[in-house]
Amino acid sequence: MEKNNIEIKKISDVSWEIPKEGDMNVPCRVYASEILLEKMKQDRTLKQGKDMAHLPGIYKYSIIMPDGHQGYGFPIGGVAALDHEKGGISPGGIGYDINCGVRLLKSDMDAEEVKPKIKELLDKIMNYCPAGLGGSNIKVQEDQINGILENGAKWAVENGYGNEDDMEHCEENGHMEQADPKEISSTAKQRGKKQVATLGSGNHFLEVQYVDEVFDEEVAKKFGLEKGKVVFMIHCGSRGLGHQVCSDYLREMERAFPEIVHKLPDRELIYAPAGSELAERYFKAMSAAANFAWCNRHVLGHQLRLAVKDILGNESLKTVYDVAHNIAKLEEHEIEGEKKKVFVHRKGATRAFGPGREEIPEVYRETGQPIILPGSMGTASYVLVGTNKGMEETFGSTAHGAGRLMSRHEALKKYRGEKVVKDLGEKGIQVKGASWKGIAEEASGAYKDVDEVVRVSNEADIGKMVVKLKPLGVVKG
Amino acid sequence: MKRYEFFPHTADVKFKAYGGTMEEAFSNAALALTKIMVEPDNVGAETEEMIEVESEDEKALLYDFLERFLVLFEVNGFLMHSVKELEIEKEDKFRLKAIVEGDDNLSRYEPETHIKAITYQEMEVFEKDGKWLVQVVPDI
Repeated sequence: MEKNNIEIKKISDVSWEIPKEGDMNVPCRVYASEILLEKMKQDRTLKQGKDMAHLPGIYKYSIIMPDGHQGYGFPIGGVAALDHEKGGISPGGIGYDINCGVRLLKSDMDAEEVKPKIKELLDKIMNYCPAGLGGSNIKVQEDQINGILENGAKWAVENGYGNEDDMEHCEENGHMEQADPKEISSTAKQRGKKQVATLGSGNHFLEVQYVDEVFDEEVAKKFGLEKGKVVFMIHCGSRGLGHQVCSDYLREMERAFPEIVHKLPDRELIYAPAGSELAERYFKAMSAAANFAWCNRHVLGHQLRLAVKDILGNESLKTVYDVAHNIAKLEEHEIEGEKKKVFVHRKGATRAFGPGREEIPEVYRETGQPIILPGSMGTASYVLVGTNKGMEETFGSTAHGAGRLMSRHEALKKYRGEKVVKDLGEKGIQVKGASWKGIAEEASGAYKDVDEVVRVSNEADIGKMVVKLKPLGVVKG
Repeated sequence: MKRYEFFPHTADVKFKAYGGTMEEAFSNAALALTKIMVEPDNVGAETEEMIEVESEDEKALLYDFLERFLVLFEVNGFLMHSVKELEIEKEDKFRLKAIVEGDDNLSRYEPETHIKAITYQEMEVFEKDGKWLVQVVPDI
């Protein structure tokens, strides 16, 4: 098959290039070690990296991150910057789960304080933060949905969930201004109505962790992360609402631009040309779906605080940062010596802005932004920091997690949920999940080694290691 | 002949569904999609839902048709038991009308896997030697 015959040139131990050929507008850059690259060669990841390079107005190269794996249209772990006038915006370059992302909260508790009560804590978290296919504890009406879509985390704060400080510690302050609920179908709103403040299923989770290792004392201090202290990580997105928005616009763009569909190597790469009415409408709708996700993580953060207070009597939780890893942003980057406005598509990739960027909260402006990289269930997670090199090379982006290695089907054949929970229990990690099947599918053996992904990001200098986090307990979506 | 079968796929599932006609292959694809969530045979035929979609080509039709099940599930709590009727008309566009039987009392079932979306990835809809085959990789 074609996928195995892709020519690739080594640039360094952690970066590679697929030269421009055929209708590619630019080459494709791959950040990976040899081990990670071998895995990418096993499926369509590299082919999809080349496909991205066909998009109009794309600058420099299409990019595959170290956790890259096969997706739809774009690979997961794909980044592409398209000119805001000559390029376009592609729903497939963002993904179905718009603003799937991660929020990290810190606390003043020591791991030893929490360990004895971890089971009770997880039970309480499950009550307050529904996982799996369960509906929400928070019922909202259609007019409230519009408020959420327009204002994201701001809606949450105005309605008594979380606070201003949480909001200031979110990418985009937890809401994108250009969001317009009118551009979202009523089907999408109906799908989202029962899902406010739910984790969902798949790879989503809420984890109780502690800071296991500090690599950069100074930056860790700036982020408020201290060795041995307990932190909480929330990984979820825009649920059915975001999925429907992606699907609605993908289909509308296909209908509106059949001539573009015919030219593309994959119809899921369909885009609306920059400046078209559809591009504008999609950007407003995507932003509204992103706001829905920020509201979700905001309310979940609030619910988590209630659970921690109930079980441990502790009220010290503060948001470190909240990052989106499925999104497109209109950003200014220096390209070929000029400042240019681009739609940066990050699909399964995290914004990793270096020092000085005004988009990041003032408190992190000197160091660069915190980047939150969740590992797979029961393994380590990391906090990294954005770099100047990343601004030059990757439009300020890095990986988003471990990246899948094994299909769910294979994982189900290989692992049993009960056994996975028992083994992790022996390692001191408690797991609660909505289903045994869900737990087996997310067994850490089904994922790439997060340590290797982070090592590559660190060595390529597109996201530097700050701290390593280890889990105490997991609530699995 | 098998109505549908599943194949391993990184991050997701892939299924093929078969039929003597396009209509039959589409009906079997709806069964396969339901099977990702629950065993369709275990779902009661308590209520009916009507599905109508109009699309520009065969693949778009399959995408739009299957997506209706995700919406029915998340909005109405509906799980399918079987396809009662399904018609496809081809003029300048493809039109599909179907009546499906199932149950919208979700508390009776324990669906384990949630399907996020239908995708075009590796999608196939074709006829060979009088047999229809469709292939779908949903995003889960």
